[in-house]
Amino acid sequence: MAFAGGVLPPDDVVVEALRAGDEAIFEALLGAWSRGMLRLARAYVSTDDSAQEVVQDAWLAVIEGIDGFEGRSSIKTWVHRILINTAKKRGAREGRAIPWSSAFDRREGPAAGSGGFPDGDGSLPGPWKDFSALWPTPEDEALASEVRGQIAVALAGLPARQRTVITLRDVEGCTSEEVCEILEISAANQRVLLHRARAWVRGRIEAYFETVGRPA
Amino acid sequence: MKRFIFDTGKAVDAVKRFRCADVVELLTAYLDDALDQPARQRMDEHLTCCAECGRHLDQFRAVVGVLGTLPEERLRDDVHDRLISAFRARRRR
Repeated sequence: MAFAGGVLPPDDVVVEALRAGDEAIFEALLGAWSRGMLRLARAYVSTDDSAQEVVQDAWLAVIEGIDGFEGRSSIKTWVHRILINTAKKRGAREGRAIPWSSAFDRREGPAAGSGGFPDGDGSLPGPWKDFSALWPTPEDEALASEVRGQIAVALAGLPARQRTVITLRDVEGCTSEEVCEILEISAANQRVLLHRARAWVRGRIEAYFETVGRPA
Repeated sequence: MKRFIFDTGKAVDAVKRFRCADVVELLTAYLDDALDQPARQRMDEHLTCCAECGRHLDQFRAVVGVLGTLPEERLRDDVHDRLISAFRARRRR
């Protein structure tokens, strides 16, 4: 099957092509979604190698299950649900699993993150103030790279649920509707998880700038 | 007294003016355009006159922006090849 510009055809075409053994469409799906799936898997398992195996097993389940796909969700949602279920099982085997229900309220406290509320406190460190202005300019590539590294560390510190939502929304660019469908959660729930995750990451970056912004 | 009631995906506010803490709590709903009109207007009013919250919003946007530029993970070649083989094997069945 030929398709231009990396844009996937409509779901019914994709599903028919997969069932017919169209390798080009399978390659296209692998290329389009595997990177995001690796990131998502990493919310549940402890190593990059485990994440690779989770993604592999998820795709194998897709290959096995495509004939039974009923089209009640989008193919993207279906594949991502398989991925998350596979990752959860693997995570549980690794003993890393955080129960889906108890992960919700863990750790964060107020969604404002570690920075607290700005009321009456004008003492944000200098680099943070200019962060949005600094980003992303070539001459600040060292800083940009450092910030990316810090953000990756911050993501790794999130409970699985929040990490999954922020990864889908902000890293992979899914819509809130897609995230709700994949995780089978309400719009309000999705927003709370996303907000807590963003606030946590913002707080970690603030803490980072506080550390580097002050002379030792 | 402040209270936010989330109903049908829209955040409805029950206060006249937003404090900084309220604004910070609603930034994601604001960025998602998920606030009702009165709440959105109060956010705009607060953000216009509060530099700290404006900065907080900028930082939120900056974090979201950076998240979209994280280096990509890559499916290992051996995994990729195994999946292609499995896909081919399915067709032969």
